[in-house]
Amino acid sequence: MAFHDFTDLDDMHLDVLREIGNIGSGNAATALSEMLSKPINIAVPKISILDYNTVVDSLGGPENLLVSLLFTMTDDVKGMMIFLLQKDFAHMLLNTLLGCELKSFNEMGEMELSALKEVGNIMAASYVNAISTLANLRMNISVPDICIDMAGAILSVPAIHYANISDKIIFINDEFNADGQSASSQVLMIPDMESLNKIMKNLGLDS
Amino acid sequence: MNQMITVGISDLNVVKAPNVLVTYALGSCVGICLYDSAMKIAGLSHIMLPSSVQMSADKSQAYKFADTAIELLVHRMERLGAHVFRIKAKIAGGAQMFSGVNNSSLANIGQRNVVAVKQELLRLRIPIIAEDTGKNYGRTLYFYASDGSMRIKSVNRGEWVW
Repeated sequence: MAFHDFTDLDDMHLDVLREIGNIGSGNAATALSEMLSKPINIAVPKISILDYNTVVDSLGGPENLLVSLLFTMTDDVKGMMIFLLQKDFAHMLLNTLLGCELKSFNEMGEMELSALKEVGNIMAASYVNAISTLANLRMNISVPDICIDMAGAILSVPAIHYANISDKIIFINDEFNADGQSASSQVLMIPDMESLNKIMKNLGLDS
Repeated sequence: MNQMITVGISDLNVVKAPNVLVTYALGSCVGICLYDSAMKIAGLSHIMLPSSVQMSADKSQAYKFADTAIELLVHRMERLGAHVFRIKAKIAGGAQMFSGVNNSSLANIGQRNVVAVKQELLRLRIPIIAEDTGKNYGRTLYFYASDGSMRIKSVNRGEWVW
């Protein structure tokens, strides 16, 4: 069976995506822990297929301020991946990495942006490696493009770009825990349908 | 008591004074405010894409596109008593949220939305009297049926009334 829409995926396919998400999130926690030189625990990630409005709601509403990093996926798997950080998480990362107390996003300079991009790079690579290894596909991601703005405005970008394919995306919610503080981040995976078919086929789930 | 009516993405709505229309977090989408000042009737459409051509002929999708939604909005306003020759437009949105996107179709979608909206308004002979489009940030739009003013709110970049 070929997929035309994310809604064509059944429970078994979702389980596979969950497993990919688990491994990706595990990799991401390890990478993050090394980067921040402190132990990071991670709860079992929640993975769901959601429409854009629901995604915006679960991100704290359309006007919630988020840090977003957008990656373009190329090679065997094509599409878009967006890594989202809630404000507190971004503050925590910057304070740990750069050792400075950032009061507001207004004061963010090149140094801060580049640190966030680096975190995004490492996190995105964790998920890409999970898919690439499990499904034995070549994957490549672009350098990240950063945008700090309202959740709704950020989400309009993939919503528009994939409007003719699907109004749903794969949503991965991670809860990290460090020093007794918890922080959440989200990954939006939007492979094109051909790539999704490739992933499922290579994992033996195409029938 | 005035009511605040929310217009979601790919949606439209019409109100009379003293009610207010709001659409949250316009990114590359465009919000089109239409106003008949004599009747104090306000309409707001939140479009996502320039053109319905090459898209599925699904009628439920008509609110998504500049070339189909605006005319439907005008009809809705006319049903409340507005006249197209009195309607004036204010538009906002069409930002480029990510600056360095190398994918060209993604890079200028906001701008293409704005162009399509302007073409459609020209076709319908509706003049644009205010515009806050482009740039690189999200906008929340409030449109007041009492006086036809459009208030734009952004994160960290201020607030404007048009």
